Amino acid sequence: MSETITRSDQHSSDDDSRDGRDGRKVSGVKIVLKGVTKRYSDKGTAAVDSVDLEIPAGETVMFVGPSGCGKTTLLKMLNRLIEPSGGKIFLGDEDVTNQDPDELRRRIGYVIQAGGLFPHMTVGTNIGMVPKMLKWDKQRIAERTDELLDLVGLDPAQYRDRYPRELSGGQQQRVGVARALAADPPVLLMDEPFGAVDPITRQRLQDELIRIQEELGKTIVFVTHDIDEAVKLGDKIVIFDVGARIAQYDTPEAILADPADDYVADFIGAGATLKALSLKRVHQVDLLHPLMVEAGSDPSTVVAEADAAGQKYVIVVDERDRPISWPSVRELERSGRVPSTVDENLPVVGRSATLNDALDTMLVASQGGVIVTGRQGAVVGTLLVETVMAEIQGVRTREIG
Amino acid sequence: MWEYILDRREQIAVQAFQHASLVVQCVAVGALIAVVIAMLVYRSKAGTSAANGLSAIGLTIPSFALLGVLLVPFGFGIAPAFIAVTFYATLPILRNAVVGLTEVDQSLVESARGMGMSRIRTLLQVEIPLAWPVILAGIRTSTQMVMGIAAIAAYVLGPGLGSFIFTGLSRLGGANALYSTLVGTFAVVVVAVIVDVLLVLVGRLTTSRGIRV
Repeated sequence: MSETITRSDQHSSDDDSRDGRDGRKVSGVKIVLKGVTKRYSDKGTAAVDSVDLEIPAGETVMFVGPSGCGKTTLLKMLNRLIEPSGGKIFLGDEDVTNQDPDELRRRIGYVIQAGGLFPHMTVGTNIGMVPKMLKWDKQRIAERTDELLDLVGLDPAQYRDRYPRELSGGQQQRVGVARALAADPPVLLMDEPFGAVDPITRQRLQDELIRIQEELGKTIVFVTHDIDEAVKLGDKIVIFDVGARIAQYDTPEAILADPADDYVADFIGAGATLKALSLKRVHQVDLLHPLMVEAGSDPSTVVAEADAAGQKYVIVVDERDRPISWPSVRELERSGRVPSTVDENLPVVGRSATLNDALDTMLVASQGGVIVTGRQGAVVGTLLVETVMAEIQGVRTREIG
Repeated sequence: MWEYILDRREQIAVQAFQHASLVVQCVAVGALIAVVIAMLVYRSKAGTSAANGLSAIGLTIPSFALLGVLLVPFGFGIAPAFIAVTFYATLPILRNAVVGLTEVDQSLVESARGMGMSRIRTLLQVEIPLAWPVILAGIRTSTQMVMGIAAIAAYVLGPGLGSFIFTGLSRLGGANALYSTLVGTFAVVVVAVIVDVLLVLVGRLTTSRGIRV
């Protein structure tokens, strides 16, 4: 499938941190584990039993497995919240196994469920915590805080001085990510960060994370028990069995197509066809580009324009190209006006969303398509259910053939 | 009665101030002791129950008895009064400080440690501020309680409004004896209310807007 050029590219000029789309930017370092072990008592079985693993720089690696398999323990040994009983951990080429844990942790971003924000500090103070410990000056911390709020899609002027309880769960989680990125650490550890938010918010947060990762190229280690989340976010997935035994370590595509053993096959479950929809991003398929009109435009001109272009629907957008509603041309003709109130039930997904997300959103909204948005929520096109169906058909054909 | 008060208004004012001053100083020292002890014990189960036991048993010691015991090494004066009042002031704060610290959400502590905050920094910047409303509630309880105990401390010639009460009680039946006792008691109540209002104000100013209820 050819890559559709989308309108979000217009925004890349005001974003100097992004490299070209092909040469992916990498600011992370690789992580190497050698025989890492955790034993809680001398005789008991090991919670983590001699794990060897190499996580490449700038990739997102998902730790997946049933609860109690040791994936979280392994993650927490990376920043030494849990001290390993044996083995070695390298960050880049540096052996950090015996480094001062506090100093180590300031170089590793850490995000937990619900963000773990300090409720008695403002959003700005929360984000500025690590830079403050690293003794940055006030001006630099303030600039960095605003930059990060912007990165995670929160308006700095509006949110900087708020307290966490004045934020929704999804917003708190965004601030949690911003805080972890504050001192620009090469590595980000995420411990089931999106476990406590509703499915729609989770999907948005996942899309945001993908976008942020495209911009930054950190090395991300992400623990989840949700295989769909793993397939969606991961460059690679590690599937763990008890004792943090690595059952399979590969790309999502390879794991779905060719599970290493019965354990992995059971774990990823049936319905691999539909899971394959999680592998494909919205921006990787052909999007339609219906006529976009600003709220308050003259309806008769709009109708004439749409008819001339052979479009049945138009997207009404605000001054920053964010979608307001999605009326049919006939509707406009009937009502004689271009609506300017935001349609709350508008089906919208980010350009990094998977086809699975898009299909979900269509079903929830009972619509035959979704509007696709890019950076700052600007419309980049629409995706219709027919396109998704064609993708499923394609996967099926390949499976059978 | 009114005349009695007017005649002694300066003496009443001085003693009321001394009373408030004794209580505030003792509570301040008590709070410091309580928070330090709580910081030392709250992470261990045994330490926590020891601290709770101490505050429960300590509060059952009659203040009169404690003052009597303290007379032996310290004699009459401010020292035994100060020690006794501080002792009682510490106990409710200790209990609340331990509860406050143990109830801090552990995921926040982990979050703090995970971002590279040292043990002590986590305690000072995360745990104590979050436990502060509970500690402050302990300080208020403690202040109210030792207002009365400070009055009894007048028995060992400590400063404060207790002297009005004891003078009156010892001369009961004599001229103005009842007035003396009543004025002492009433003045203690007034001081208590004023100090409590001030504490509420302090609470407003020292509790982050993010955790204020």
